[in-house]
Amino acid sequence: MKHAGMTSIVQNTTRLVAGFIAVFAVYIALTGHLSPGGGFAGGVILAAAAALVLLAFGGRRTQAVLSEGTCHVVDAAGALGFVAIALGGLGAGVFFANFLPLGELHRFASGGTIALANLAILVKVGAGLVGVLLALAVYGTARYVAAERARGESPDPFLEI
Amino acid sequence: MGITIYVLTFALLLIGIYAVVAKKNVVKIIVGVLVIDYAVNLFLVLVGYRTGGGAPILAEGQPVTEFARTAVDPLPQAMVLTSIVIGLGITALMVAMAIRLWENYRTFDMNEIRRLRG
Amino acid sequence: MGIELLVVALLVFMLIAALVAVETSDLLSAVISIGAAGFALSAIDLLVGAPDLAITQLVFEVIALVLLLCVVLTRRDTSVTQPRDALRTGVALLACGVVLVIVFFAVGGTDGRGALPPFGDPVLNHGPGAVVSPGVSAEYLARGARETGAANAVMAVLLDYRAYDTLGEATIIFVSILGAYAILRRVGRRAAARKEEAAP
Repeated sequence: MKHAGMTSIVQNTTRLVAGFIAVFAVYIALTGHLSPGGGFAGGVILAAAAALVLLAFGGRRTQAVLSEGTCHVVDAAGALGFVAIALGGLGAGVFFANFLPLGELHRFASGGTIALANLAILVKVGAGLVGVLLALAVYGTARYVAAERARGESPDPFLEI
Repeated sequence: MGITIYVLTFALLLIGIYAVVAKKNVVKIIVGVLVIDYAVNLFLVLVGYRTGGGAPILAEGQPVTEFARTAVDPLPQAMVLTSIVIGLGITALMVAMAIRLWENYRTFDMNEIRRLRG
Repeated sequence: MGIELLVVALLVFMLIAALVAVETSDLLSAVISIGAAGFALSAIDLLVGAPDLAITQLVFEVIALVLLLCVVLTRRDTSVTQPRDALRTGVALLACGVVLVIVFFAVGGTDGRGALPPFGDPVLNHGPGAVVSPGVSAEYLARGARETGAANAVMAVLLDYRAYDTLGEATIIFVSILGAYAILRRVGRRAAARKEEAAP
């Protein structure tokens, strides 16, 4: 099929917008200690960007760019990063101690380890949710289409991704 | 007025419990779990609300004593923030289960699934 | 007062949306109704001073809607029957009764002084000698900016004072996502193995 997924209008709009959504997710996560947001909100927004790409291009083409295994690895790396920040605190006294200089209030370089921990949580939550969306799109839909074919029914062509 | 808000939140919880216990359809059960999720999160946030209170974010130039007197409770918000994302993970888990059930039995109806299992 | 009225209005909207979602016979309408309830919840979060939660809830709602639509749109369940099972309905009504009794004692009680603080007067308002312990939130608000350097008190609690909780919750997310993977993948492997057995 030439245009897997949705029409080229949706695909081109997604090409333009998805990167900005991902950058916004990182911004939301990194400024979590100054304004509403933080790592959890940023991770969910990242997953929303991935959902947009998945809906527009379909599971197969998205998986060719970003495989599920990569998501697993990045997910685990985020979790390990969070634990590493906690262990850094252990080096400075107690587990999860805020060992970096606190900095000046209301400046970006403030809050010590909070911005770093937000980044780790962004990576962890974002990669985990992107991976599960990919798995649902690929395993769920592809097998469903194949099963419908096997039963002799013609599934919705929109699903052929 | 305050009691009305709490009672309405509990009514939302009841609708969710009713859906989970009494409905036969897998999608309806997922919807019920989501309603329970909403009700509990909302209840925790409402318990921390302070009349006329603002968001627990210190504005630039705001004295800390005034901030501590007017801001709403940050603790339930911190707990609920993670709870929302956990809800998303659990929704993905339940959706995966529903897809698997459909693949095996071609129906979402629990009675039908039980009958087909024999 | 204005905010309370708005919260009540949005809660009534949520109740109606949840009832429609639970009672409608069409699964697609059920999923869309639950989406409407979630967006109303996001608006309530914004009204009661929780912008962090409003952002997260809004995006949660979009992704949950996409996930549920994936289930419902591609799988037309034509056999949506709602058999009235008297026992199940009875159990549900009993649970409703128990919860209502708990609510009665929590918010009103027989002496008019429930275990819950009244709406708009959280425990952090109370002094050290109050009946209900004031808890630790007042300290978080008063000392958070100085001790953690973060202007957002929610992040100060989440990632500094109570980072242990966050580690545990991150683990829960990890496990639930792992569970979804496991459920989705196992059948794929089994089917592939069956195909290999049949092929040679």
